[in-house]
Amino acid sequence: MNKQNRRDFLKSVTTVGITAAGLSAAAPTKLNAAPENVLSEDRMGVLVDTTVCIGCRKCEWACKESHGMHAGDIEDYDEKGIFNSRRRPDHTGHTVVNEYENDKNRSLPIYLKVQCMHCDRPACVSACIVGAFSKKESGAVIWDDSKCIGCRYCMVACPFQIPAFDYHKALEPDIHKCDFCFDRTKNGKLPACVEICPVETLTYGKRSDLIQVARNKIKNYPDRYLDHIFGETEVGGTSWLYLASKEFEKLDFPKLGKNPAPGVSESIQHGIFAYFIPPIALYALLGGIMWISKNRDKSEGEAH
Amino acid sequence: MELAMKPEQMKKKFFTPWVIALTLIAINGLIFLAIRFFWGIGAVTNLSNEHPWGIWIGIDVAAGVALAAGGFTTAALGHIMHRDKYEAVIRPALLTAMLGYTFVAVSVAVDLGRYYSIWHPLIYWNGNSALFEVGMCVMIYVTVLYIEFLPIVTERFIGRVNLPGVLSRLNGTIDKILRALDRGLNKTMFIFIIAGVVLSCLHQSSLGTLMIIAGPKMHPLWQTPVLPLLFLLSAFSVGFPMVIMESITASKSFGLKPETHILSKLGSMVGPLLGIYLAFKLGDMFIRETFVYLTELTTESVMFSIEILLGVVIPLRMFLSNEVRKSPTGLYIASVLVIFGVLLNRINNFLVAYTPPYETASYFPSIGEISVTLGFVCMEILLYRFFVKHFPIISIPDKAGINKAKYSIKGA
Repeated sequence: MNKQNRRDFLKSVTTVGITAAGLSAAAPTKLNAAPENVLSEDRMGVLVDTTVCIGCRKCEWACKESHGMHAGDIEDYDEKGIFNSRRRPDHTGHTVVNEYENDKNRSLPIYLKVQCMHCDRPACVSACIVGAFSKKESGAVIWDDSKCIGCRYCMVACPFQIPAFDYHKALEPDIHKCDFCFDRTKNGKLPACVEICPVETLTYGKRSDLIQVARNKIKNYPDRYLDHIFGETEVGGTSWLYLASKEFEKLDFPKLGKNPAPGVSESIQHGIFAYFIPPIALYALLGGIMWISKNRDKSEGEAH
Repeated sequence: MELAMKPEQMKKKFFTPWVIALTLIAINGLIFLAIRFFWGIGAVTNLSNEHPWGIWIGIDVAAGVALAAGGFTTAALGHIMHRDKYEAVIRPALLTAMLGYTFVAVSVAVDLGRYYSIWHPLIYWNGNSALFEVGMCVMIYVTVLYIEFLPIVTERFIGRVNLPGVLSRLNGTIDKILRALDRGLNKTMFIFIIAGVVLSCLHQSSLGTLMIIAGPKMHPLWQTPVLPLLFLLSAFSVGFPMVIMESITASKSFGLKPETHILSKLGSMVGPLLGIYLAFKLGDMFIRETFVYLTELTTESVMFSIEILLGVVIPLRMFLSNEVRKSPTGLYIASVLVIFGVLLNRINNFLVAYTPPYETASYFPSIGEISVTLGFVCMEILLYRFFVKHFPIISIPDKAGINKAKYSIKGA
């Protein structure tokens, strides 16, 4: 830059400034290019009454069957030995049922179905680098195969440790998680697990209604249920709600606060990039320092 | 006044026993990389649904970005604050940053399940995602670094384009293109230099925002809303120690006298920077009262203590001492400690602090993961050696007294 004179420098700085201002004017619309994240008043949910579940695992079979995964023979699901270990949803199945000891009646174990909770303020939707996750009007949080790059940041972000990854596929590895039977419910069908459940452990309905149903159950049977609907307020609320007779922490539910998981990181992100003002201000500041230091050097040089 | 410094190509031969050893480690890494691409990530790593990120992210990407901070810190000092005396260290730092970020990008690609979709963030945006911001900034910054490196390429080849055979007819044209490029860059370089510093500040801090969304999965000793600031401050403090360490290593390798006077001046700035970092780190600990976790003996408390004591407090004391700053050995040890501290901090943040709710086994990197990471480090060193042999990067005292301005860095 030695050859460059002061006027040139000012001219270039101005050009950069105008370009930056133009960019920042365009920025708000671009910033809205975030994934679909609807929080509909009428969003659906499922109420899981764990005191009813008999551990037949038909839901596991129906889930695989309806998602084109290897489901096998439905009879095989009666095998109880599988409850000796705790399982998690993965690439072989998006929902699993685990067994827990019932302190009140040892002969009747507690069975707990696990799947994506479909958060109202989902961490995966906020985190995903390409916006491959979206929260739909129906309440479902779904994953878009065509956008995903396989970075697994959703797995880091999810407070329930739900998304699973195809670690042994070299090409097109998928993120696996319950999609709340998005395609079935769209066509007026029930989610596969809800439809097959023989004992009505699972109730599908409007989330706001389900909370009422759950409250009534707790009111009418105070001995049967803990006074806690898991998912009503946890991480800002979830579409799937649980009732239980035993403390949720003893059923391996994570202890979570009421704040939505993406709250802090999103405010930081939006603070740093508020209309691109902070980056542009930093650019201008550094440009100013550069200009002053250069001139200081030059005048010192002339003085010698 | 000291002798003027002038960047020269190093003349020593490329292969030495050390270089051959590095080459073998690099090849070993490539073998495991091939397995990863043929049989999937699960075939070479210990990653699982519990631990989705391992050392390829924690070390290769997170620590890689931090340790390439020498590029933007020296650019800020030399170009923006216009301290000419540091010019000698800018080119090596720029080369390290360029190679470092290139390998960060390569490491990201290796870790991505669908590496061939790595360009997706360009068209699918998510402004809420910290990772999106990091990805975009790194993508642009790599480009900026290549542009900043171009003047070194033009300087090397202007008037010396000599293509073999039929291609020699193009010599004149290429020379003209290079000259035009050089003139254009000369006028516009300051735009890229400032952009480089801004982009660095942005993504160095956003790298800290990454783990915030993990919430309670991350140990409270590290999980804090000021993580972005801590990441930025630690990047500021590790920049010069990286430059010092590399400069001394390169001097030794090429049989030159270490530029102690420049390095000790650089070193004098590390103390205050580390001090600010430590103040925020401890302040955060006291405000959130997380020191209670240090009273119990856990992996986390031990790792945190090592990180603070060995990686910040001891080198801080060393850099504040005049004697240490005057001796190359002292500078070297202090710098290596700072680098170790920041490396450990990134490992702690991304791996040690991460405890998933349904953990059945803790994560430790596999042989394959370690091989690939070491392989990349070795490849970087080998490329560095290749570049300093073929391009004027490392400055040596200019005994011939050739006009220094002729070789001054473009845009300065």
